Amino acid sequence: MGGYGLYVWGSFGICAVAMIIEPIVLNARNQKIRRQVKRQGGQW
Amino acid sequence: MSMVNWFKYASPASFYPLAGKLIPFFSAITAILLAVGLWISFFMAPTDFQQGEGYRIIFVHVPASWMSMFIYCVMAFWSALGFILNTRLSGMMTQALAPTGAMFAFLSLVTGSLWGKPMWGTWWVWDARLTSQLILFFLYLGFLALTSAIDDPRRRDKAGAILSLVGVVNIPIIYFSVIWWNTLHQGATVSMTKAPTMAHTMLMGMLIMALAFWGYTIAIVLKRVRCIILEREIASEWVKKNALE
Repeated sequence: MGGYGLYVWGSFGICAVAMIIEPIVLNARNQKIRRQVKRQGGQW
Repeated sequence: MSMVNWFKYASPASFYPLAGKLIPFFSAITAILLAVGLWISFFMAPTDFQQGEGYRIIFVHVPASWMSMFIYCVMAFWSALGFILNTRLSGMMTQALAPTGAMFAFLSLVTGSLWGKPMWGTWWVWDARLTSQLILFFLYLGFLALTSAIDDPRRRDKAGAILSLVGVVNIPIIYFSVIWWNTLHQGATVSMTKAPTMAHTMLMGMLIMALAFWGYTIAIVLKRVRCIILEREIASEWVKKNALE
């Protein structure tokens, strides 16, 4: 990267990390609310 | 003649399954665009004659910055729609958009900083473009803090809508900051009126990466709005009957 490796990989890296973590966090939120709906459905 | 009845999808109960069907579609498009965009970014785009390999940051910096501004405009659009039509979905969409917008504003600032250090010799300057982008990030944080502090959903929607409508004035300030003020930041790379000031392959790569970020945003926001719909409507009949099918 012609001496710019740290900056270029740092930029792509932080974007990759953010765009991987966001779906993971969202999946956890989705699982949680779906469990709640399921529990509630059972009571009903 | 078939007309889509848009108002039908303004109801969370009918939007929920539609959003679910759209997510795989946009995820697939995003994966393809990302693969092509990254290939162009690293293997096809030539080395810049001034900035060497360092300019490649543009392939994430510009798409992230565009998305951060565009998402805020979409939030303002939904907020206005919410005021006019009084639809429940509007507030949910606005709140589904905000975290991703905040993320892209943050990424724009960090990648910009990582670009500024080798090219300008500094991580940060308080110039017009950088400062107005920082304000956008704070507006997102303010929106998230405000909406999470209000328990009643209708009041939360209203407060969030007011903040996004007031804050949208910052978007043209960011966009035109490089024209209105003397700034260290370079001018617009792509403009409606002039030919692009960059090599064709570089431009292609940047636009494809921007489209990939679009696809990502649409998929993730649809996913989040589905969570929000379930969280809010958990007590309603349709959720009990249909939501898990």
